[in-house]
Amino acid sequence: MCGIVGLYLKNPKLQSKLGAMFKPMIIEMTNRGPDSAGVAIYRNPVKKAEVKFSLAHDDPAYNWKAVDTGLEKALKCDAKIKVIGNHCILVTTAKEDKVVQWLKKTHPQVRVVGSGHTIEIFKETGLPENVYQKFDLSKASGTHIIGHTRMATESAVTTAGSHPFATGADLCLVHNGSLSNHNRLRENLKREGMEFQTENDTEVAAAYMTWKLRNGATLKQALEDGLKDLDGFYTFLVGTADGFAVVRDPIACKHAVMAETDDWVAMATEYRAIAHLPGADDAKIWEPEPTTIYTWGGHA
Amino acid sequence: MNELDLKALGVTGINQRLYKVPKDSNERHWVITNPMGQHAIACGLDGPLQVDIKGHVGFYCGGMNKEAEIIIHGHAGVGVAENMMSGVVWIKGNASESAGATGNGGLLVIDGDASSRCGISMKGIDIVVGGSVGHMSAFMAQRGNLVVCGDAGDALGDSIYEARLYVKGKVAGLGADCIEKEMKSEHLEDLARLLERAKRKDKPSDFRRYGSARKLYNFNVDHADAY
Repeated sequence: MCGIVGLYLKNPKLQSKLGAMFKPMIIEMTNRGPDSAGVAIYRNPVKKAEVKFSLAHDDPAYNWKAVDTGLEKALKCDAKIKVIGNHCILVTTAKEDKVVQWLKKTHPQVRVVGSGHTIEIFKETGLPENVYQKFDLSKASGTHIIGHTRMATESAVTTAGSHPFATGADLCLVHNGSLSNHNRLRENLKREGMEFQTENDTEVAAAYMTWKLRNGATLKQALEDGLKDLDGFYTFLVGTADGFAVVRDPIACKHAVMAETDDWVAMATEYRAIAHLPGADDAKIWEPEPTTIYTWGGHA
Repeated sequence: MNELDLKALGVTGINQRLYKVPKDSNERHWVITNPMGQHAIACGLDGPLQVDIKGHVGFYCGGMNKEAEIIIHGHAGVGVAENMMSGVVWIKGNASESAGATGNGGLLVIDGDASSRCGISMKGIDIVVGGSVGHMSAFMAQRGNLVVCGDAGDALGDSIYEARLYVKGKVAGLGADCIEKEMKSEHLEDLARLLERAKRKDKPSDFRRYGSARKLYNFNVDHADAY
C-alpha cells in the first residue's frame, strides 16, 4: 500500500504556510500507511561553502552536542546543530565526505538520512500525525515538501526503513509499490561500492539513483534507466533542490494523481489528499502516464 | 431535492441515509456536497434515486449500483461504477483506472477521458467514453459494449471474450486475441443507440469495431502456442 504526497509552491507568498498546507495531505494518507511516516522539506538554504546534514539516532536523548564539538575539533571547521525530535540538523563548513567518514568512526550509531544545501529529512515509525507533530512541521516554512506514509510489505517497520531515502545532494526518493529484483540489484550495487542500512527495496532504488547520478547521469537519465533496471510496481516521487519529479512503471497500477493551480503543484497517491488544498476543486487534475517523467521546478 | 453534506455526515452516514429511502418514496433526488475525493460514495444503492455529487470523488464511487442514476459533477477516482448491475453512472470529468470494472449492466458515461483498464472484465455493462481510454482497456471483457470517442491505449481488449468495442480514434495496439471486425448494420444501430443515450453527437459510421478472435478462450490443441 503506502501513500505518497508532494507539494510545490509556485506562489512564494505561500511559503510560510507550507507545513500547514501539507499537514492534512499527509494525514489523509494515514490509512494507506499507518506504520511510519517521513517528509523531506526544502527550507533555509545554507551558504555555498556549507553542507546541511539530516542525522538521526534511535535514542531521543542522544548527546548531539558531542557531535557538534567533536566535529569542530576533529575537522577544524564550524558546525551548528539543531535538535528536532530524534533527528539533528547539522550545518558545517567541513567537506561532506570527511563528515560522513568521521561520523562512521566516532558515532557509528548516528544515521545520515540526508544531505545537501536545502533538504531536511525527518522520518520515524508511528502514525503520520504523530510523526508530523514530533518534528514540529505544522508551522514550517519552505519552498516544497514531499512525504510518505508507509504500510510495510517488503521489510521491517523501522525508522531506517521509512521513507524518504536520500539519493544524493538535496535529492530524495519516496516510493509506493514493491520491487521484485531488489536483492539481485543490491548485490550488484554493493560491488559498485554502494552501502546499505536496511533490507528495504526502496533503499535499493535510492542507491541505484545515487549510483547513476554519481556517474554523471542527469536525474531524467537516472529515472529513464531505472525504468529498464527496476522490476516491480512503483510510483516514485523524487524531491530535488528546486522541485520534484514523478515517474510510474509501465503497468502503472500504483495510483497517482497530480493537480496544478496558479499557486501550487501537488502530487498524491489519491486525490483526497489534494482535496484539502485551497483551490483544489478548480485545479487542473490529471493522472501521470506510465513511463513518463514529470518534473516541476527542477532541471531534471 | 435533499442535500447531504459529506463533511458533516461522512461517507457511511450518507450511504446509510440513501439506503433508508423506501423504493416507493417521492424523495428521489439527492445532492451530495463536499465529496472531498472520499471513497465508496453512493456505493450499493438499490432503488431509482437520482444522486448528484457536486465535486471530485475518490475510489469505487457508485459501485454495485442498481437502478440509481448517479451524476458526478467532477472527476472520479479508481474503480468508478465497479460491478454496476443497472442504472446510470455519469461522470462529467475524467475517470481514473478500472472504470466500470466487472460491470454487469447499466450505463457508464464518462464525458472526459478514462485511464488504464477501463471496462476490465466487464460482464454486460455499456460504457461510453467521450475522450480516450488508457492501456489495457476491456482486458478480459466478457459482455457489453465499450464505446470510445477518442483514442485507445495499448493492448486494447487483451484476452477478450464476447464484449464489443467501438473506437473512433486511433488504437495504440490490440491485445492478445483482439481483432478488428466488420461493422454490420446491427452494430451501427446498437452504437447509434448508445451514443444517443450518452448525448454524443459522434457519427456511428466514424467508428471501427473490435472484438474477440475466439482463438484464446475456446481451448483447441491446435492453438496451444497461443496460450
